Amino acid sequence: MNDRAKAGSPVEHYVNPAPFDPHRIERMTPEMERYYMAPQWRLVWWKFRRHRLAVASGLVLLVMYVSILVSEVLAPYNLHSRHMGFIYAPPQSLHLFHDGRFVGPFVYGFESRLNMETLKREYEPDPKRIQRVRFFCQGDEYRFWGFFTGRFHLICAAEGGTLFLLGTDRLGRDMLSRILYGARISLTVGLFGISISFLLGITIGGLAGYYGGWVDNLIQRFIEVVRSFPEIPLWLALSAILPVTWSPLLVYFGITIILGLLDWPGLARAVRSKLLALREEDFTTAAQLMGASPGRIIARHLLPSFASHLIASATLSIPSMILGETALSFLGLGLRPPITSWGVLLNEAQNINVVAIYPWLMLPVLPVILVVLAFNFLGDGLRDAADPYK
Amino acid sequence: MLAYTARRILIMVPTLLAISLIIFVIIQMPPGDYLETYITELQSQGEAVDPEKIEALRRQYGLDRPLYEQYFLWVLGLLQGEMGYSFEHQLPVNDVVGDRLWLSFLVAFSTILFTYAVSFPIGIYSAIRQYSFGDYAFSLLGFLGLATPNFLLALVLLYLANVYFGTSIGGLMDEAFIDQPWSWAKFLSVLEHLWVPVVVIGTSGTAGMIRRLRANLLDELQRQYVMTGRAKGLPPGRLLLKYPLRMALNPFIADIGSLLPQVVSGAAIVSIVLNLPTTGPMLIEALRSQDMYLAGSFLMFLALLTVIGVFLSDLLLAVLDPRIRLEGGATK
Repeated sequence: MNDRAKAGSPVEHYVNPAPFDPHRIERMTPEMERYYMAPQWRLVWWKFRRHRLAVASGLVLLVMYVSILVSEVLAPYNLHSRHMGFIYAPPQSLHLFHDGRFVGPFVYGFESRLNMETLKREYEPDPKRIQRVRFFCQGDEYRFWGFFTGRFHLICAAEGGTLFLLGTDRLGRDMLSRILYGARISLTVGLFGISISFLLGITIGGLAGYYGGWVDNLIQRFIEVVRSFPEIPLWLALSAILPVTWSPLLVYFGITIILGLLDWPGLARAVRSKLLALREEDFTTAAQLMGASPGRIIARHLLPSFASHLIASATLSIPSMILGETALSFLGLGLRPPITSWGVLLNEAQNINVVAIYPWLMLPVLPVILVVLAFNFLGDGLRDAADPYK
Repeated sequence: MLAYTARRILIMVPTLLAISLIIFVIIQMPPGDYLETYITELQSQGEAVDPEKIEALRRQYGLDRPLYEQYFLWVLGLLQGEMGYSFEHQLPVNDVVGDRLWLSFLVAFSTILFTYAVSFPIGIYSAIRQYSFGDYAFSLLGFLGLATPNFLLALVLLYLANVYFGTSIGGLMDEAFIDQPWSWAKFLSVLEHLWVPVVVIGTSGTAGMIRRLRANLLDELQRQYVMTGRAKGLPPGRLLLKYPLRMALNPFIADIGSLLPQVVSGAAIVSIVLNLPTTGPMLIEALRSQDMYLAGSFLMFLALLTVIGVFLSDLLLAVLDPRIRLEGGATK
């Protein structure tokens, strides 16, 4: 190519013996390489990490879920221990200084008397009785997850003193401990419910999306029917079916199944519409030609393509289940004592007269709102991150 | 359009039939029937139970017939506006229910109106002033509204009203009007009390609606036709109202389908807390005492409300969007 070849003579064919490097023109820096070679889940994680609120919510939820593993240790009292002398005691506030002197965390002991006019117990903090909070201490006895007995607590009241940071209920039970224990039920209801709804949604939506035709039509009509039911009345009706003779644990599973039974249509729809698009892709045809069974194609090839979307939408529907359980138990149709969830605790706050006098009975509302908000933010973040190639 | 309407009505029939079947199965599922509960109740009070009388009652209520016959009788009755017989109140369901059905309807309808009236301007504002202070404030409020269960909101409102005003805001009318015939004064009293449940029930729906409208409008505002309009000098207000808003309205109306069940079920539980004379409290009571026809009729009514609402939203959408009208597909 340097000199023009003579006419008629064959063009000299030049081949470079050096190995071919496709990236010769545009060299990748190590950072770029790291990005382009990263697997999908890592891209999702990088994108999710940028969503500060979602990460913070995720951490909050993580802390809460870890806390239910050790509720017994975190709670200052046993779930069922009653303090007959302290019925409807108001929250005791935590102090650090007494008379300008540092004492460490302590509460003032209660001076209680019965108001003979209103027949209401009145509690007055007594500044002379300084009760220092103990840490890593021996307190109420409990059965750790029902397996072995322990007495170890993170914090307890002073010897002979009380520590009702959030007040007590009508049997003199510590609200803080009950809220901590209640998290165990309230937080897991959503998880079990969503697993059931996931199973139903993926199976039914998968059938509709993969087969299409009359199967799809039938399932679509059925979903329409299910969706036109107002949720809470139907939950009420279904939980009224649960026999009164069932043990509280069975009722708990019954309720989670009921919550899951009504949630799947949304998920099934999402699965269906994704599958309808994906089954036209070349890799599906390839799998079919190789003789893979429909079940394998759906589970092995199609589902992973939008699993991240599914997880995001599941995260977004957990809060509605938690709210549902709270509503049912609040009305007395859901879980029953001795199983304690936030809804069961709120059941005591049903009467407005009680609430007006003892407003701290409404406190279980706060963790409910916190958890629902956290799941919403987390779900939003996951949804944004679910498609990292956008 | 006429064909579309007819087709939609035809679809509604099997849907309603399926719903009635499911409801019947649900109310039949608890073991035993109302009479058995009744017998044990009598026995626990130490009263003698006359088996002949029970048998007569069973015959009278049709409980001795096979299930499918009971179902057909019930559905036939529903078609004629007869909702069966309430065991507990010893009255036909129609008499027990009284005003409750249409008060429920009133509450649901007002809530929907409230939801639209509030979320429409706020949604538009949040979209065109994205990331402004107002947008953040409304977003935060919206998230709180979504996260707070509405029955708890009702409880908190009751508590605040009790503490700060010393009044009870429960109920749907002044005490004096309860069980009184309808009059102008009673109607006004209902309107006066209506806002509390409407705000309480509507909050979460409104929050969701604002978020959706904002997202839709934001999508539309990035389209090229908006840029074209801006480039050729359309005034901003007209540009917004004429094109992107119309596009963003579609999901807004289609949402009635998901908004209505939400409102209806929210109303059921809020009315228990606020002690409203609507279907909610009575439904719970009927479910507890296995008063099957009463519970079933309430469930049927609530589902009917939803189905009709979805139907109306579909019609509205078809009017608005020729694509739906011509393709005739279901919108959801």
